[in-house]
Amino acid sequence: MALQITQSCVNCWACVDVCPNDAIYEDKPHFLIDDGKCTECLGDHGVPQCAAICPIEMAIVDELGEFLNPPGSLTGIPIEKLKEFGLWREAA
Amino acid sequence: MELPVISNTTPEAEGGGCASSGCGTAPDALGHLPDHIRAKVQDHPCYSEEAHHYFARMHVAVAPACNIQCNYCNRKYDCSNESRPGVVSELLTPKQAINKVLAVAAEIPQMTVLGIAGPGDPLANPARTFETFEQLSERAPDIKLCVSTNGLNLPMYVDRIAQHNIDHVTITINCVDPEVGAKIYPWIFWENKRIFGIEGARILIEQQQKGLQMLTDRGILVKVNSVLIPGVNDEHLKEVSKIVKAKGAFLHNVMPLIAEPEHGTYYGIMEQPEPTPEMLQDLQDACAGDMAMMRHCRQCRADAVGLLGEDRGDEFTMDKIDVMEVDYEAAMVRRKVVHDEIIEKLDAKRGIVKPKHEGIPEGSRPVLMAVAGKNGVVAEHFGHAKEFLIYEASPEGVRFVSHRKTELYCGGMDACGDGDVAEAGSTESLLDRNIRVLEGCEVVLCSKVGYEPWAKLEAAGIAPNGEHAMEPIEEAVMAVYKEIAATGKLLPAVDSKKVA
Repeated sequence: MALQITQSCVNCWACVDVCPNDAIYEDKPHFLIDDGKCTECLGDHGVPQCAAICPIEMAIVDELGEFLNPPGSLTGIPIEKLKEFGLWREAA
Repeated sequence: MELPVISNTTPEAEGGGCASSGCGTAPDALGHLPDHIRAKVQDHPCYSEEAHHYFARMHVAVAPACNIQCNYCNRKYDCSNESRPGVVSELLTPKQAINKVLAVAAEIPQMTVLGIAGPGDPLANPARTFETFEQLSERAPDIKLCVSTNGLNLPMYVDRIAQHNIDHVTITINCVDPEVGAKIYPWIFWENKRIFGIEGARILIEQQQKGLQMLTDRGILVKVNSVLIPGVNDEHLKEVSKIVKAKGAFLHNVMPLIAEPEHGTYYGIMEQPEPTPEMLQDLQDACAGDMAMMRHCRQCRADAVGLLGEDRGDEFTMDKIDVMEVDYEAAMVRRKVVHDEIIEKLDAKRGIVKPKHEGIPEGSRPVLMAVAGKNGVVAEHFGHAKEFLIYEASPEGVRFVSHRKTELYCGGMDACGDGDVAEAGSTESLLDRNIRVLEGCEVVLCSKVGYEPWAKLEAAGIAPNGEHAMEPIEEAVMAVYKEIAATGKLLPAVDSKKVA
């Protein structure tokens, strides 16, 4: 069980610094999570730390491809506006 | 330690009619500070209005991570073409940052200040931020270090800030009321959780205020930045200004919201209006009765290099720096000479007792003038000016009020004066727009003005003036003010449209 980083990632390092398992590493075009190390923070924190600090919606997904931070959840921008500006996409 | 607060208001003005216009400032508003404080800011372009004409600063982008979301920020910070806070062209490791700072300092001896300002929050990147500061304080002791933060992590790092000799800290404080805060900050990351809404804003405000007090208790100079967001915190900022002054902040910098839809920020997309230059100036004036205001901020990038208002970042990309050889010991000697010369010049200027402004009748109204200036003198062609500095002349003297950005319409070297602002069809609207930017000004001072803009300026009621090229700005403004006074046009009986 492990989380994954998507193409929405802006490489801001925030998740790297808070991951209790050192599971996140720099890569091109974006950071990646080592699925051998990621525990989704079970036993360390109540919520996965990468998803709790990540500022970008849709950048972190679980094994089912569900967004931990779906469109609109962090910025509060309404879905119709996100669609208008091309900032919305469906979960995989 | 209690820090004296520099005031833009003369003592007698505080209870009187001109407190709200902040009149009576000396051109050097820092002149009456104790020597040890003045020494700390006299070569800091972001703390001293006077210094920003002569001294340069740079930011190194070593701090990408952030721990809060602001509605005026989009965390997709990678942008090379825009000049606004929070954008950078390349992130640096601490090692790269140090090489860049040494290279710039050797090349631009006027560069006295190194700041870390993002593109995230420096204190949300403590390892990268403090490694950079630690190395620089050892290798380049002649560079002042400063840091800019949203304040959330400030209390836990105040001791490290003091330890690294960082004696200038800027905190962005947009509110002191969590209900206002919830409209600006959708969430914060705090104690391993994302906290939304009013509760998040409450914690942020609490940490900012605590951090501010801890810094001023240690004698560290604190500037407070606030973003003016019309309808959200405009009235509220007056209270913010009072509170941060009471806690010992040294300077308050109220900046206009930048909210373009193409930036992809919440405010941009939701069409939150930006303040007009007049709104900003009114609020700065309203706060000035309580607090020294910074009015020369250019809202620069998190990787800016050079004088305020210019950006020489392109000359110092990592690929160029990697092949530069820097002998910093030798550079420090050259830098010292340059700094001493500038300080000596400023001291000499300060020592001159300002002459009484003779020939200006009592009760003359103030006049706003726009200046195409550079390095403290009237320097630029009207059509080449990227911005105009707005000065107010009154019987009390000359004070810097604000700067207003233009869009360049004049491309050619000699496009002015020979009637060859040729592409009138395509350039006309830009010229018109620039003239609109100067609304409220009665005179524009520049080194030269072309025929076409001259006519348009006059038609707009703005007198173009190219008589004072290369003269110090304040002297030039006062000279023109005296000329107008001599015509009798400044007295209420003759012209009452600008009174109050």
